[in-house]
Amino acid sequence: MLEIDHVSKRYGEVVALQDMTFDVKPGELFGFVGSNGAGKTTTMRIALGVLAADAGEVRWNGQRVTLDTRRRIGYMPEERGLYPKMKVGEQLAYLGELHGMSKAEAVAAAGEWMERLGVAGRRDDAVQKLSLGNQQRVQLAAALLHDPEVLVLDEPFSGLDPVAVDVMSEVLREKCTGGVPVVFSSHQLDLVERICDRVGIVRSGQMVACGSVDDLRAGAPAQLFVHAPAAHLGWADGLPGVRCAEYRGDGRTLLTMTPGADEQPVLQAALATGPVREFSQRRPTLTELFREVVQA
Amino acid sequence: MSGFRPSRAVWLVGRREFVTRVRTKAFVIGTVVALAVIAGYVLFIRFVANEQGTTNLAATPDVVAVAGELRAAATVLDQTIAVEEVPDAATGERLVRDGDVDLLLTGGPATSGSGAGVRLVGKDDVSESVHALVDSVLRAGALDAELERAGADPAAVRAAVESATAQVSTLEPNDPQRLQRLVLGIAIAALLYGSLVFVGQAVAQGVVEEKASRVVELLLSTLRPWHLLLGKVLGLGAVGLLQMLIIAGVGLSVATGLGVLDIGGIALGTLGVGLFWYLLGLLLYATVYAAVGSLVSRQEEVNGVVAPVTMTIVVAFVVSINLLLANPDSSLIAVLSLLPPFAPILMPARIAIGSAPLWQVGTAIVLAILAIVALTWLAGRIYSNAVLRTGARVRLRDALRAAAS
Repeated sequence: MLEIDHVSKRYGEVVALQDMTFDVKPGELFGFVGSNGAGKTTTMRIALGVLAADAGEVRWNGQRVTLDTRRRIGYMPEERGLYPKMKVGEQLAYLGELHGMSKAEAVAAAGEWMERLGVAGRRDDAVQKLSLGNQQRVQLAAALLHDPEVLVLDEPFSGLDPVAVDVMSEVLREKCTGGVPVVFSSHQLDLVERICDRVGIVRSGQMVACGSVDDLRAGAPAQLFVHAPAAHLGWADGLPGVRCAEYRGDGRTLLTMTPGADEQPVLQAALATGPVREFSQRRPTLTELFREVVQA
Repeated sequence: MSGFRPSRAVWLVGRREFVTRVRTKAFVIGTVVALAVIAGYVLFIRFVANEQGTTNLAATPDVVAVAGELRAAATVLDQTIAVEEVPDAATGERLVRDGDVDLLLTGGPATSGSGAGVRLVGKDDVSESVHALVDSVLRAGALDAELERAGADPAAVRAAVESATAQVSTLEPNDPQRLQRLVLGIAIAALLYGSLVFVGQAVAQGVVEEKASRVVELLLSTLRPWHLLLGKVLGLGAVGLLQMLIIAGVGLSVATGLGVLDIGGIALGTLGVGLFWYLLGLLLYATVYAAVGSLVSRQEEVNGVVAPVTMTIVVAFVVSINLLLANPDSSLIAVLSLLPPFAPILMPARIAIGSAPLWQVGTAIVLAILAIVALTWLAGRIYSNAVLRTGARVRLRDALRAAAS
């Protein structure tokens, strides 16, 4: 289990992280979301030892993470980085060796991952000759080729075409099924909602919500969607249990309920206005949950 | 995987630097250019040495006797005159024009006196020393003739005249290898200067390349900054060493082959001293190059930021060449050669010309090692703190302050 335990970091007057705490279990795909500058990248850099924390610690399997542990992590930095003039194959083999593999193992693993990610034909090209999408694939190969015990990926999906997004999600799922804890950050919340087991939402250097998407929903107020074409504006105002009503025209209304409120009086009030075409419970999307949490 | 030691990390980084750099066009072209410069230097030295050496003289039959005396006189003055007899003046002039001989000595219409009928013909220039020699031979002949006419015995007079000579002595023993040692000293200073600047620039560019391409973040998740720094310095240092050995090897072979150098043992000793000081210079300068390189994030900014370091090495080189040529034994050069920033270039040059006492060499080595320890510590700190800060140029003060906290 990867544990981020009360990690804090300041840059002069600016608080980058404050008591950042969460954990990722083996076989879990953890989505890390937050606005730009919320502290996602800082957290990942600290986990990889690229930055030093002011307080708190990062543990892997109960042990404080050291340089030797870090070599067994697969890392994709936010700022993609490879030697531009070095050949793809040689570069991957070199990075594999830096992660502790023997030369033969590193060369073999580099070959396999280039094949798997569809860049085997570019083995002898300098990285700078590749398209951005292919550079990204090489970057992913660099994070994966040493068969890491933990994956930490900063914005792995940014800049990928839909096909590459599918390849990336498939690889992450597969790693995760193999028992590896996977943490990644992303701004593509629909994607995070679709593939992640758990989500952490960060705001101003603090974890403000953490759990499965359903857990997060449970904490959010219930919403009802009503389509009653004959209803007049304001029909739902003041009904018991309705906290606020959003009138979208043409008789469509989105109601936010107070926790634990009974929805039946609302249905009766809706029927009283005339025909009711739709009456449903709304499951807020992660995007909506995120807005709610971040703006609160 | 637990067997992954720091030495393995340093080795991997160094190997990559070495292999990548040796394969670049810049390395190949740089080595070829350096070899061309060395060849030019050797040929120049040989040309200069020849200028003072043998003069080829063609002589027509009527003046062969004069030419014979000339040859004998030249030997006394440490010069060699080779005489080739030609049938007539026209043949001799053609040889001079073609450059086959340097000068033609031939008889001419006598106007007055016994020597007045001799002409000395050069292509576009007549060597002053040969001219003076010819004149003195002719004058001696004329004197003999005049003495005989006056009834004196020319041989007795000449013996009396020749005994009037000043006694010559020097205050210190003359070193016959002085010139060759000076040539070696300048060569080793130039070689060290070239190699240290080449390696230093390569280190700074390599640091900035990793910073600009952001690959450094990936590297630092598996390595400590000092592994990366040391591997880079040693790997590129090995490249400089290889280049130095190629250049010195070819230079020494060519120079010995052409007969410019005949002190092979001393030359090899000088090379050994040079390699030792190369190592000290590498550790002294390369980490500083890495530290200043880590302050910037773009290749365009590298030159500006490394300029002060390069200038120090350039000053050491220029000062050493000037002082060595003008006055190798000056106390200024002795003092400068003890100071760490200048020692790696000045001291080996002084050792080569044989003007450095052992205690000065020892002092310079101790001071250099102390400076290396201090600078490596400082440079390592600056590098660790600045290498991940991309964007605007990091101020030295900030890099140091972060180190303190």
